[in-house]
Amino acid sequence: MSRIFSFLTATRGKGRLHWTDWVSYGYLLFGVLLMFGPVVWLVLSSFKTPNELDRFPPRFLPYAQDVAEVEGFEEPLLLFTVTEGDLAGQIVAQTRRAAGRAEVVLPDDPENRIRMPAANLEAIEGIAFATENYTSLFERFNFLRFFWNSTFITVMATLIMLLVNSMAAFALSKYQFRGRTAVLLMVVGTLMIPQTVVLVPLFLITFELGMLNSLWGVIIPGAATPTGVFLLRQYMITIPDEILDAARMDKASEWKIFWRIIIPLSAPAIAVLAILAIMWRWNDFLWPLIVLTRSENFTLQLALNSFQGELQTDWPSLLAMTVLTLLPIAAVFMFLQKYIATGIASTGGK
Amino acid sequence: MASIELRDVRKSYGAADVIKGIDLNVAHGEFCVFVGPSGCGKSTLLRMISGLEDITGGEVVIGGDVVNSIPAADRGLAMVFQSYALYPHMTVRQNLSFGLENINTPKSEIATKIDEVSKMLQIDMLLDRRPKDLSGGQRQRVAIGRAVVREPRVFLFDEPLSNLDAELRVDMRGEIAALHRRLGNTMIYVTHDQVEAMTMADKIAVLRLGELEQFGAPLELYNRPENIFVAGFIGSPKINFVAGRVAEDDRTVLEVATGERMVLPSGGFAQRPGQAVTLGVRPVDLQPVQGGTLTMQVRSVEQLGGESYIYGHLTDATPITLHSPGQTQVNMEETIQIGPINDQLHLFDTETGRTLRMD
Repeated sequence: MSRIFSFLTATRGKGRLHWTDWVSYGYLLFGVLLMFGPVVWLVLSSFKTPNELDRFPPRFLPYAQDVAEVEGFEEPLLLFTVTEGDLAGQIVAQTRRAAGRAEVVLPDDPENRIRMPAANLEAIEGIAFATENYTSLFERFNFLRFFWNSTFITVMATLIMLLVNSMAAFALSKYQFRGRTAVLLMVVGTLMIPQTVVLVPLFLITFELGMLNSLWGVIIPGAATPTGVFLLRQYMITIPDEILDAARMDKASEWKIFWRIIIPLSAPAIAVLAILAIMWRWNDFLWPLIVLTRSENFTLQLALNSFQGELQTDWPSLLAMTVLTLLPIAAVFMFLQKYIATGIASTGGK
Repeated sequence: MASIELRDVRKSYGAADVIKGIDLNVAHGEFCVFVGPSGCGKSTLLRMISGLEDITGGEVVIGGDVVNSIPAADRGLAMVFQSYALYPHMTVRQNLSFGLENINTPKSEIATKIDEVSKMLQIDMLLDRRPKDLSGGQRQRVAIGRAVVREPRVFLFDEPLSNLDAELRVDMRGEIAALHRRLGNTMIYVTHDQVEAMTMADKIAVLRLGELEQFGAPLELYNRPENIFVAGFIGSPKINFVAGRVAEDDRTVLEVATGERMVLPSGGFAQRPGQAVTLGVRPVDLQPVQGGTLTMQVRSVEQLGGESYIYGHLTDATPITLHSPGQTQVNMEETIQIGPINDQLHLFDTETGRTLRMD
């Protein structure tokens, strides 16, 4: 903890701040604002009521008007402060409002209804988090279903992709066979074809295989990626052949060499690829949108999209679910980010 | 029985012949060293014996069985690599046990064997460390331990000491020799260092450009080299070569290229009058002598106290090295007379490079 503190407060000047300290901290602060501003805005907005979201100009923190239970009224009433007239300074509860005039009562005296211009009333507001935005996700929508779909696709697709890619990379980096270079060139060549170009043929194949509207239809087509094969191959090339020879002399089968020698030694590159794959799969939108049409198969990204209707958008649910969608990927990134730095440095990838 | 026999073994990569037909017989329990300059194919030959490299032609026979088509793992060999090739992600113990686990050795037996071998190689206190935490010498021991623990029929060493510093190399040399005496296995050891070869081997195979130049005991190679290459490769400091021609009138007289005449030992060589020959004399057999037949211009003198080296050249710039015991009176830039002090001369046909020795 003290190390983090001393790191964060490190200065060039001793005792007082050097001008470079001002510049660097200013620049860093600017970066933090740029990166975290939208995220903070999103999180705070997800706790706002629909009225507050529509308000212009917008306010930073979520506010809600105070209400009070008043005897004789079923619903809680909104509270106001009176600004002019006899009751100036008093707190009143509004019972009705129409055409610029409001009917209010004093909370202690609910029988006596007073009429006054609405302009004389000032709303009493306090910071309040509209947690119902979140609870309704679970009540009105099948959030857990979407979450499960997304998790299943991400985990399975990442595992399958790592397995397929690392086996391909092992063969391409450590075995001599006729046509090896040709295979590698083809793999790298597919990097140059954008996914949108092959979208239609891919769809047709998926359709013919009967994988439409199934989670496997999302997982299988992305099981082997040229980037992954290439990244792992470049890393595995650096593993000395003598180690493999030693393992062969030790009577290890090729399969065992792959699992016990190659995989552990490629761990940094595999970690990088895993992180990239998790982020890619979790955030993937276009392909699931094409394959999955029934709402019980929706991933979180598709569910988010469905909140945005042609005529109206359910902003509170959309914002709340966006926050929940961000959380797992942020957690994964936080735990694994050190591998990204070390892994990318050693694989030369990016 | 784990003798090794190579029968006309060949290896080519496409059109390039790397091993050009080698016949060799290593008896059971022998320590055989393959030596040669880099690129001579000695490591390739070792890898062909191990099974890690395919054989283009000929047969490799281990313990009486032709093993050409038997995979490396089933040949009953163990190999120590130049880079040690330890598994970096495993502890020393796991490195040692990996091979045993692969042949389904019971756990208790693995533990006993590792215990025994690690004690013998003095790595028992390192068992839970990883290779990166070990020094070069310790890694070397672990690599040897990994070979020993599997109790192979034959040990193969591929330049195992070349990554160590000079002092450690001498120590490890002694240890490997001791290991051989203790285990009594057949061992094949590849090196480019002729000192290693001379000190450790029962038999040395000198290779050059994929061909076997000579195969024999160390002193046999030193005393009776079959050709110019072996004479020049074995022995330190390097043997002196003097080019010349056998006199037309007297075949016991050598006309040196400088014009000087020198008497050859009477018997033993089959030289013809007028034949172009190369005389080989080891630095210890050539000394400054009163009335010596050759004139040497001294370039530098190294006085080591107990012994001295004199470097220089003949009048036609043929480089000459003298190695004499004790301290010498010769000074730099001096011109001295030198001559062989005994019959330890080697005579080669300059054209073919082969020895003219008759017996």
